[in-house]
Amino acid sequence: MPETESTLQGADVELKDISKSFGGTHALEGVSLTIGRGKIHALVGENGAGKSTLGKIIAGAHTADSGQMLLDGEPVRFGSPHVAIARGVILIAQELAIVPALTVEQNVFLGVEPRQAGFQSRRELRRRYRELADSVGFELDGAAVAGTLRTADQQKVEILRALSRNAQLIVMDEPTAALSRPDVEALHVVIRQLATQGTTVVLVSHFLNEVLELADEVTILRDGRLVQTVPAAGQTEQSLMAAMLGRSVDATFPARRLAPAGAPTVLSVRDLVAPGVHGVSFDLRAGEIVGLAGLVGAGRTEVARAIYRANRVHSGSVSIDAGTEGRGGSAVAGTPRAALRAGVAMIPESRKEQGLLLSRPVKENVILSTLAAVSVAGLVKQAAERRTVRDVLTRVDARGGGLSAPASALSGGNQQKLLFARSLLRDPKVLIADEPTRGVDVGAKRAIYELLASLTAGGLGVLLISSDVEEILGLAHRVLVMRGGRIAAELNGDDITEAAILGAAFGSGERGA
Amino acid sequence: MTQPQAAPPAPEQPEKQGKPEGAGQPGGGQGRTLVPAALLGPQVLGKAREGGIIYPFLILFVVLAIWKGETFYGQTNLLEILDQQSATLIIAAAGTMVLIGGGIDLSVGATYALCQVIAMKMAITGNPVAAILVGVVIGLGVGAANGVIATFFRINSLIATLATSFVITGGAALITGGNLITNFTATGYADFARTQFLDVTTAAWTMIGVVIVLGVVLARTIAGRYMYAAGSNAEAARLAGVRVQWIKLVTFAISGGAAALGGIIDSARVLSASSANGGTALTFTVLAGIVVGGTSILGGEGAIWRTVVGVLFIALIGNGFTLLGWNPLYEQITLGVILLLAVGGDAWSRLRTG
Repeated sequence: MPETESTLQGADVELKDISKSFGGTHALEGVSLTIGRGKIHALVGENGAGKSTLGKIIAGAHTADSGQMLLDGEPVRFGSPHVAIARGVILIAQELAIVPALTVEQNVFLGVEPRQAGFQSRRELRRRYRELADSVGFELDGAAVAGTLRTADQQKVEILRALSRNAQLIVMDEPTAALSRPDVEALHVVIRQLATQGTTVVLVSHFLNEVLELADEVTILRDGRLVQTVPAAGQTEQSLMAAMLGRSVDATFPARRLAPAGAPTVLSVRDLVAPGVHGVSFDLRAGEIVGLAGLVGAGRTEVARAIYRANRVHSGSVSIDAGTEGRGGSAVAGTPRAALRAGVAMIPESRKEQGLLLSRPVKENVILSTLAAVSVAGLVKQAAERRTVRDVLTRVDARGGGLSAPASALSGGNQQKLLFARSLLRDPKVLIADEPTRGVDVGAKRAIYELLASLTAGGLGVLLISSDVEEILGLAHRVLVMRGGRIAAELNGDDITEAAILGAAFGSGERGA
Repeated sequence: MTQPQAAPPAPEQPEKQGKPEGAGQPGGGQGRTLVPAALLGPQVLGKAREGGIIYPFLILFVVLAIWKGETFYGQTNLLEILDQQSATLIIAAAGTMVLIGGGIDLSVGATYALCQVIAMKMAITGNPVAAILVGVVIGLGVGAANGVIATFFRINSLIATLATSFVITGGAALITGGNLITNFTATGYADFARTQFLDVTTAAWTMIGVVIVLGVVLARTIAGRYMYAAGSNAEAARLAGVRVQWIKLVTFAISGGAAALGGIIDSARVLSASSANGGTALTFTVLAGIVVGGTSILGGEGAIWRTVVGVLFIALIGNGFTLLGWNPLYEQITLGVILLLAVGGDAWSRLRTG
């Protein structure tokens, strides 16, 4: 394991005081670190801690707002991945960037194909591919169509592509998140091999055991700030997790009212199986906020979408208004339209892609699910519409723009409130809020918390999905922690702690995938 | 502008001349062309960028009025334009719904021909009202079939309707055997388009009625809102409880019905029908009118009053070329440039607003 001195001497990458914000949120604040040549350097932290952002800044996919990056002691500023690639710095993102219809070798040499008089030379392509694949010991058929390969092999294609560009530094963002165990082992071998051959690897990973197994050094981030950079040797999952915890409370949460003991069950989910969901059962009572916690990709959004019938459901049942015993009630089946009818409303994960009609006026966005209530014989009554929309916007405290302004003109927080307003007009029994505060400023966050609290006081059951553990701790009466498409733990009352949530989410010692 | 109004100018011209200007019509001679626009979108006119096509239209109108005087703004000429554009306006109004809903219908020219051929053929021997109804219903059916293919079978509507347009044209040609069908005897059918009421032909009255109804449906009803929602963000609309596929299917059905009605009106105006009528020339004239009017080809944005102004704008250009005796070859070039400007302006404003 590397000593501090040697790391400092052979420095390949040095980051000084890197800051980056998206909109009003600080993703990174004053992060400085050094990554040694030929080392495997892991970046760890909770969701939203800034580890992916940091990886992307190193590889030029994001540009830092301030700070400096030195590559081999020389200041560089990557305006785009293209520039970074020219300097041998390559990002392998979570979403793979292969062209499915091309063969493996065509993918590997995409854009730098060997040419003869303007034509691709297949023979030369094959020869160069063989050479490259042999040099890292990959057994991957160059003529295979990339789209037919398993994810692990597709990842190898990306790695080969990186190597074909003479990569000095490869940033891997969650490379094993989508892989099965044998493939994970195989990829680990490859990563180690890269390092021994002198390539520096920056590994962004959720999996602490993987980090401990592979990395020479670990940088721990929390809320966009550097906690520490330590040699991996001597660390344990517990010590890493402890370093990731314990951040400051910067948003105040409304006082949590206890859910009434005898409150009826409003949502009852039994053995739900759907894409990304492998058998989930739970109840939600009136006036209760149940937090759905877990890592990105653990299946939280998938559960929400399955309940709302935005995704296909393979088996299992969802019923609304199930009464005190959790039996009976009306079943949810079919489409989101049917789910709305049954009394479920959902605020989707991505307000821009799944929530709003960005180019349409505010009022049309808000009234979209309840047009019938302001219409007579199919004709929308303009005055009734404006009155209804204005009232509900006051209720959710949305400001700015006016009713006829396009939704795109509003701030993130107000856009989110439009979606709350749309849901509230349905007067639902169950509200699913998927990352309701993502990308909104602190003030709007607080307003949304207040809103959730007041809604539950009125008897609404809320299923809250959040990657912000703080938010779950501050709002939820009960927490379900998901891992690998299943509920890994249910936490009640005093058991709801950050350590317990993270412990269950990371699966302490076992892999989630 | 080429096909539908170029073909039939001769027959009805004499009948129109007699009456004095503005006898009983609301708005009088030159205002009449603007009536649908003013009716359908007063609130939209207020917004700055939204004005769009209305200014070039007014400028062109004034220029032609000054240049050619009464020859242009006289009742005869303006009513003539309106009468000639009836079919195009009906089809374009419906096409606006398709575009706003996020689709595109390239089969309207073919449906226009098929339905006029069927209706004409039936009218020669049978009841003209039944013939017209059957024609329109077949148009609705063809449109619905397009809709099913484009939504439930998830085939891109551009390709789907391109493919069905070949099928439809082939069907029309089979019916006629490639011949022109004429009908100078059963006058009931011709009366459908050529009857005059308050100086205006029934073709134009039908158009005005259809445009107003479709305009109200789009701007004022739940279905209209759903069309905008489906075209603006289909996934968001679905999650908000909108039956996106259904609403898109409805737009295609309306488009097919409108194409049929347009085809029947034109065949009644000129007393003949042919499987070679309409076709791609009509399809693209209709699309040009919609797009010049300012309805986005990307869906979710636009209005029927815009389409009315867009179609009439193109018609005025054609009319201007005729009145001024300019080489009609330049008309095509002018139109092409205007279309590029319209689409370019749309793309540019989207770019700026993100």
